Amino acid sequence: MPFILRRLAFYVVAAWVALTVNFFIPRLMPGNAVQDIMSKFHNLQPSAYRALQAMLGVGHPGSIWHQYGSYLADVVHFNFGTDVTEYPAKVSTLLGQTIPWTLALVGTATVIAFFLGTLFGIVSGWRHGGWLDRTLPGLMFLQAVPYFFLALILIEVLAIHTHAFPIGQGYGQGLIPGWHWDFISSAIYHSLLPAFTIVITSVAGWMLQMRNVMITTIGEDYVLAAQAKGLGTRRVMFTYAARNALLPQLQGFGLALGFVVSGAIVMEIVFSYPGIGLLLLNAVSSNDYPLMQAIFLVITFAVLLANLIVDFVIVAADPRARLREAAR
Amino acid sequence: MTVALPSTPVTADPAVLAGERPGRGFWRRLPPKAKVGTILLGVFVLAAIIGPQVMPYDPSFQNPAPNLSMHAPYGAHLLGTTQSGQDVLSQLLVGIRLTMELAFLVGVVATALSVIVGVSSAYLGGVWDELLSLLSNVFLVIPALPLLIILLGYLPQKGQLATILVLSVLGWPWGARVIRAQTLAIRNRDFVAAARETGERTWRILAFEIVPNEISLIAANFVNTVLYAISASVALAFIGLANLNAWSLGTMLYWAQSQQALELGAWWWFVPPGLAVALMGTALVLLNTGIDELGNPRLRDASHANRIAGRRLQPTDPTPVLQAIPPRRSALTRFLHSFSRSSLLDERGGSR
Repeated sequence: MPFILRRLAFYVVAAWVALTVNFFIPRLMPGNAVQDIMSKFHNLQPSAYRALQAMLGVGHPGSIWHQYGSYLADVVHFNFGTDVTEYPAKVSTLLGQTIPWTLALVGTATVIAFFLGTLFGIVSGWRHGGWLDRTLPGLMFLQAVPYFFLALILIEVLAIHTHAFPIGQGYGQGLIPGWHWDFISSAIYHSLLPAFTIVITSVAGWMLQMRNVMITTIGEDYVLAAQAKGLGTRRVMFTYAARNALLPQLQGFGLALGFVVSGAIVMEIVFSYPGIGLLLLNAVSSNDYPLMQAIFLVITFAVLLANLIVDFVIVAADPRARLREAAR
Repeated sequence: MTVALPSTPVTADPAVLAGERPGRGFWRRLPPKAKVGTILLGVFVLAAIIGPQVMPYDPSFQNPAPNLSMHAPYGAHLLGTTQSGQDVLSQLLVGIRLTMELAFLVGVVATALSVIVGVSSAYLGGVWDELLSLLSNVFLVIPALPLLIILLGYLPQKGQLATILVLSVLGWPWGARVIRAQTLAIRNRDFVAAARETGERTWRILAFEIVPNEISLIAANFVNTVLYAISASVALAFIGLANLNAWSLGTMLYWAQSQQALELGAWWWFVPPGLAVALMGTALVLLNTGIDELGNPRLRDASHANRIAGRRLQPTDPTPVLQAIPPRRSALTRFLHSFSRSSLLDERGGSR
């Protein structure tokens, strides 16, 4: 079986674990979501209990295995139930409205940060102790700052005080979303500051990792041999050292993605960006359990898919991996 | 990767050999990054310990005086007040205590879990190893924060203990993976074989031969876990999944955000807690990099590195380690292993 198919099988297992955890959490947790909501809103009549049960999807009829089966079938059909807060709306509709925003913002910014960080890492590892290398402690500070806090500071300085950027939202007021230039330019303009936040907080992590692998790789004999042959610096740096150092970096990218995406999603809240983060905040503050669970699944699937893409890239980029693949 | 503190018995550190007591001059040999990290972290630990004793006001006390609503910092309130006239400095001191406490406990519990899973996985080997690795790989790719959110969302009371439990339960896979790799590397060393030959029981070998030799790795992992606990707990509190009546750095940020401190220009309200989180994080990252550099001198600043032939070439790894013998795998183990990403990257072994 080719490697990619095996990895696909692994992600299917991971997705199944996520689905199962998601299924059992509401059923195994102490306490009762319905009771929780009843005690929060005192004006609810006791007769609302059954209605709430139906709405939240708890208190299903049938055995737990039967419920599990119908739950899996629902997920396969993207049926995540009905939303509590915006009642008649389907959860899948709400997700469909917000996912493109998050995907465009977080996806693009993360890829930019990864490329920039890797490039900086290559240079600072090569010029070990050079000026770029010496900025690392400062960058570590940026890495340790919570995304949303940096967002608060940037809004304060760049949006409220200098008016260089909009304070929040995904697009200008009074614009109708659509494929026309006014809207698109406004959306890009509004996404600049959030994207900048993601890039400068996550770039240090990629850079540090790449630098460390780079430093170890530079010590290898083949790099010395390449230098001794008199190859150009750039050639040795990128083709000989960096290319070999890239593999652990790509692996790390797949694994760190979950963290980056989670942080970026919390950051969206600060910007009132119409993405999945804001939806999540609303879900949490109004005890909207079906929505919370659906968001968890969507984020998990996105991260799994991104990891599969990373596996493709590893196979494509590394001749050793291709060779081993062919030897199977 | 071999990480060895100068005080561990396996290292042939010249200072130790010369008869100098280990620990003496330890501070001087510490990389500067680790020194800065230790000092910075020390300040926060001190603040967490004495903070609640020296805080000027009750952090929850709402001063009814109208002019004390969102007052900028001045003599009596060194960090100003919140919208309802609460003292920000007092909240900050209590908040540091609570956040530190939580992060430290999560660090202890999650690191213990990673050590148990990582060491037993590597030592048991075979199918058990592959199954435990599969489990940690699965939990590594599932993003933690959204899972934390639904777990905490369903909990009836979102107190400190609940957060600690949930964060610990999800905080072990990364450490388990790293510790497993290190255990695999040292379990074939001579001293482990010697212990086995003298008839030591397995648990004794694990607890007294293997774990002590991984202490610096475990320390680095602890630091990382504390960092994860701080950022995750602050993020969770920021979106409202915490006991909002207890003062932690995250709940301070939550109240500042929900009462629009930003729009009203009350920077003294949201900057101190955020800055405290950032500085605590920086201290931990610096400490971790320092621990790394202590074990791997190549990563140190170039002033410590040798200069050879124009470009800076580093000396070879000072502690050469024999290639770990790839474990012999049964058909089932080989099958399970072939699903992991590392199967493609292994120089040897894999599913051939």
